[in-house]
Amino acid sequence: MIEFESVTKRFGSFTAVDAVSLHVREGEFLTLLGPSGCGKTTLLRMLSGFETPDSGAIRIAGEDVTALPPYRRNVNQVFQSYALFPHMSVRANIAFGLRMQKVPKAEAARRVAEVVELVALGGFEDRMPHQLSGGQRQRVALARALVPGPAVLLLDEPLSALDAKLRKQMQVELKRLQKRLGMTFVFVTHDQEEALTMSDRIAVMRGGRIEQLGTPTEIYHRPGSGFVAEFVGEANLLAAERVGGGAGEAVVVRLEGGLELRVAAAAWPGGAARARVSVRPEKVCVAKRPIEGAENVFQATITEEIFQGAFDHLVLRTDAGTVLTAVVPNESAIMEALHEGDRVWCGLHLDDIVVLGP
Amino acid sequence: MHGLPGAFSANPHARRPGAWGWWLLAPMLAWLLLFVVAPMGILVAYSFGSRGMLGDVEFGFSWDSYARIADPIYLRIFARSIGYAALTTALCVLIGFPAAWFIARRGPGWRERLLLLVMIPFWTSFLIRTYAWIAILRSEGLLNAVLKSSGAVPHVFAEPLELLYTPAAVVIGLVYVYLPFVILPVYASAEKLDGVLIEAAHDLGAGPLRVFREVILPLTWPGVAAGMMLVFVPAIGMFAITDLLGGARVSMIGNVIQNQFTKALNFPFGAALGVVFTLLFVVSFALLQWLGRRKDETAKAR
Repeated sequence: MIEFESVTKRFGSFTAVDAVSLHVREGEFLTLLGPSGCGKTTLLRMLSGFETPDSGAIRIAGEDVTALPPYRRNVNQVFQSYALFPHMSVRANIAFGLRMQKVPKAEAARRVAEVVELVALGGFEDRMPHQLSGGQRQRVALARALVPGPAVLLLDEPLSALDAKLRKQMQVELKRLQKRLGMTFVFVTHDQEEALTMSDRIAVMRGGRIEQLGTPTEIYHRPGSGFVAEFVGEANLLAAERVGGGAGEAVVVRLEGGLELRVAAAAWPGGAARARVSVRPEKVCVAKRPIEGAENVFQATITEEIFQGAFDHLVLRTDAGTVLTAVVPNESAIMEALHEGDRVWCGLHLDDIVVLGP
Repeated sequence: MHGLPGAFSANPHARRPGAWGWWLLAPMLAWLLLFVVAPMGILVAYSFGSRGMLGDVEFGFSWDSYARIADPIYLRIFARSIGYAALTTALCVLIGFPAAWFIARRGPGWRERLLLLVMIPFWTSFLIRTYAWIAILRSEGLLNAVLKSSGAVPHVFAEPLELLYTPAAVVIGLVYVYLPFVILPVYASAEKLDGVLIEAAHDLGAGPLRVFREVILPLTWPGVAAGMMLVFVPAIGMFAITDLLGGARVSMIGNVIQNQFTKALNFPFGAALGVVFTLLFVVSFALLQWLGRRKDETAKAR
């Protein structure tokens, strides 16, 4: 559907996008995720036509659009600030694209009515943008970009201006809408939770390059680098040193601090003496009794407990001296309580230790 | 053309002024009463009087002075004044709008420097600057000297350009003096226009011309309308520039009124011209506002 072929964009001496190649599939919800300055917005702007690549090519549905101005491209964008025309009513804002395409009035009215219903804006057609709430403005921006029927919808952090509750609700709504329309969405965000919730695939970007491309589960469970592991979700990132062959499918590694763990032999880079490992805090099983069914069982002391509502955030110091964080569900009446200072048993499954390169 | 923007307020805290508010307004009201309302009253009173033997005013009630305005000579001068002022306004907008837009789209540092350049002319009296134009435009002046030495003019046409004391010189002078009055208000509204709106319009399929018509012009219209008023109104009444650059050949309504008071000493006729002149503005202003309101409504309904 969309192909970026070795696309590079520089601003002065700063390389915003560095030889990125990316293929977006038809009907896919693809998220460009990364911190500010990683090039995600520049990549999107080259797709909408507001920036022109210094080198490389961009194709949409087989057509080379690299040098095409934005008004000749069959893509529409939902802007971060919504960019509603302040001098036009909701109806006039939504109908703008159709008017530019010279769609006959009757048909335009019908399509506007359709999309107004789709985004649940009925009754607001004659309001002016300044008379709407943030969430309503967001829907107008969405409707305005959808109604011309673009091949691709581009969304530039459209939810970042909404409050937390509304944002979660819109995440779900956007995903549903995308599925229902079967339209290709390219979504830009720095919010990893947003990316995990909505995307079919996520491209994690860093320094103008795509660090990892994969489904949300792949990105979360099998991060390809320390950067991805830390940026998407939380992670214990620890230096590890191979200390023994171990039995069969496992190798024994010593983590910084001294804790020794068994790690899947297939995951360990062949022949390497050192590497880094990533452990998601919720994968560390914590209990008052010895834990069964885990390859790695060790004892630790809870040095810090941070209450986070549904979860407790625990800082553990293993007897060997390694510091790990763990996230456990908050205790209910039938679950044992874990508190600061408690001696506990920890369990960690072989496959939950992700080995990153050296 | 669109009208002036409607004077509705988007401020949710807008309310009727309290007693304290009126006190804040009092100096301004006193000023207006003393220097606008009172002189207007005197002018109206004069206009219905008649000229005494010695150029004094005999008060009374007569329409004679108004009847005299209907004379084709004066109607033609009125029409010519409106024509020159309209041409000046159009040229000021044509030159000033792109300039203001350009300045508004620069970075903050450049914006300040360029705005300063626009305002520098205000540091010198406009009379002195108008005299400078005489030096530039006269037949052995700067412009002709430059044209001659550059060889841009073929020798067949080696006769100097006769610009001074022509309508062209008057319009050049008017445009020169009033240009900042368009640039500044247009800049003020252009600077507030969020560039992302232009991107949004492009994104929805509007080419450069459509973006200008659909987004840029409507959103900078308050500035353009204010600039047009600021140029058109004083340009009609201007007499100094027409005197200096137009000589006796190009007289505008301002010159006629000035003559009635300083040379012909026919105060009632001068006053009548002044009253009609003022009414002309009130009517055209009301018309512009009415157009503006209607345009707002059609925009909403679209």
